[in-house]
Amino acid sequence: MRTARDTWFMLGRHVRNLMREPIWVVMLVIQPIIWLVLYGQLFSRVPALRGGTGTYIEFLTPGIVCMNAFFGGSWSGMAMISDLDRHVVDRFLATPTSRLAIVLSQVVRAGLIAIVQALILLGIGSALGVRVHAGLAGWLIVLAAAALLAMVFAGFSNGVALLVRREASMIATANFVSLPLMFLSSILITRTVMPGWMQTVSRYNPVNWGVDAARNAVVIGGKWGPTGVYIALLAAATAATALFATWTFRVYQRSL
Amino acid sequence: MDAIVAEGLRKRYKAVQALDGVSFAVRAGEVFGLLGPNGAGKSTTVRVLTTLTRPDEGRAFVAGHDVLRHPNRARNSFGYVAQDSGVDREATGRENLMLQGRIYGLGGAGLRARVDEVLELVGIADAADRVVRGYSGGMRRRLDIALGLVHRPSVLFLDEPTTGLDPEARAAMWVEVQRLAQQERLTILLTTHYLEEADRLANRLAIVSRGQIVVGGSPDELKRGLRGEAVTVELEDGRVAEAADVVGTFAGASETVVDGHLVRTRVPNGAQAIPGLLSALESRGIGVASVTTARPSLDDVYLHYTGRDFAAEDEEGTT
Repeated sequence: MRTARDTWFMLGRHVRNLMREPIWVVMLVIQPIIWLVLYGQLFSRVPALRGGTGTYIEFLTPGIVCMNAFFGGSWSGMAMISDLDRHVVDRFLATPTSRLAIVLSQVVRAGLIAIVQALILLGIGSALGVRVHAGLAGWLIVLAAAALLAMVFAGFSNGVALLVRREASMIATANFVSLPLMFLSSILITRTVMPGWMQTVSRYNPVNWGVDAARNAVVIGGKWGPTGVYIALLAAATAATALFATWTFRVYQRSL
Repeated sequence: MDAIVAEGLRKRYKAVQALDGVSFAVRAGEVFGLLGPNGAGKSTTVRVLTTLTRPDEGRAFVAGHDVLRHPNRARNSFGYVAQDSGVDREATGRENLMLQGRIYGLGGAGLRARVDEVLELVGIADAADRVVRGYSGGMRRRLDIALGLVHRPSVLFLDEPTTGLDPEARAAMWVEVQRLAQQERLTILLTTHYLEEADRLANRLAIVSRGQIVVGGSPDELKRGLRGEAVTVELEDGRVAEAADVVGTFAGASETVVDGHLVRTRVPNGAQAIPGLLSALESRGIGVASVTTARPSLDDVYLHYTGRDFAAEDEEGTT
């Protein structure tokens, strides 16, 4: 109860502070648009990449939604490091606030940002002729995939932040993890054009669970069974990385 | 009942024994000072009392609550103003206070009124709706204190409340702390490495050195405990060793040390001792430039009990 309440309060703080950074808000909106337009132009000339039906922009939109979500999540530990550096975390620790809320609010924040970016991307996609074949349910699945993907990586990123507690180490880890996962996914190209070993590896890449779920909803408008499995896997992974972050938070507390 | 009790606190960080058996008690309603040079263990003591740090050994109670067994009960009863601020710089003063109040379970009109009240109390009501980033150091410190008070605690911990403030802001903060102690009926535990600050604010204090409490009492008691006054003789020529010999063997003189051109000693009564001391030096033909006497300061107290110079040790602890 207290955890839910305090997470809500802390989330309010995060959202308010984000809104106070106008440049950040502009980047939040523009960056996904750049990805969409850039890759859309670049790869639309190679039909094999999308592996079959539809237009490339339709194939790409759910992929870019997921890419944004998991990138955003991977970097969310930076906010935790800033709060550690400025002793905001210690101030909260001297109050009876829920310890879990300090971590969870960061994770939920990442999910929330991913949803906003996903809405912007789907809106622009629609303007460029993308049709979500599964309709409203499809939109919801894309948003759920984006939110969960962001939270999976936010849990991991915050966990790392609490262990390394330094910006440079955090940046290195985020890059080290996120770039390979992106290229081992079908964000930009369909899996069938990958080499065999990559196809196998990508099956276990959480990024791909999100991409496949979102793409099923947008491009195919069906395959509810596999989509359900992917969403469930992402939910389980979110729980796992959130647990990791709460464990590293204990490690931090013990270090005081 | 004692508002704060520390019993045999020990804490070790790798190679450093930060606390080596710290025990003391603070009476309800008093301002208690933990005085010591940088690195003496003051902040660690406060972090144990405020539940941030678990001691390796020992027990502690704040407002009657065991900080290890019932941390949340203790947390509700105290406010903690850390050495490093911890305010949210991107939020306004009022937003910081509202969030702080909410996580203590306050809300609604009651919280809004209390926030107005503490803003007024610490004197930053005019800046309440400005983002903290634009606050001066003194204003930020006042907001820190307001954050510690919003839930009406009975005990307030102030860790180095004036470190980093300019002399003017420091003087203002001293007035503030004294006023809070009376007006809000708070028990205040403050840590400081400024002797003057401890002297000025604390009803009672404990001197901390190398993780241990060296001595405790009111500033006056401690100074009177030294029994005597410091006498400093400044010499005209370089015969310091000879002069030290004369001064050191003078009736009633103790703790005689040489410091460049100066010979320092302690005597029971400065005014009575000076004429005799001067004529003793004169009879040996040693020229005296000046003689001064001073009541004992907390500096002297520190030197007396630890055998070490406060300023030098403070410097050392900073690095």
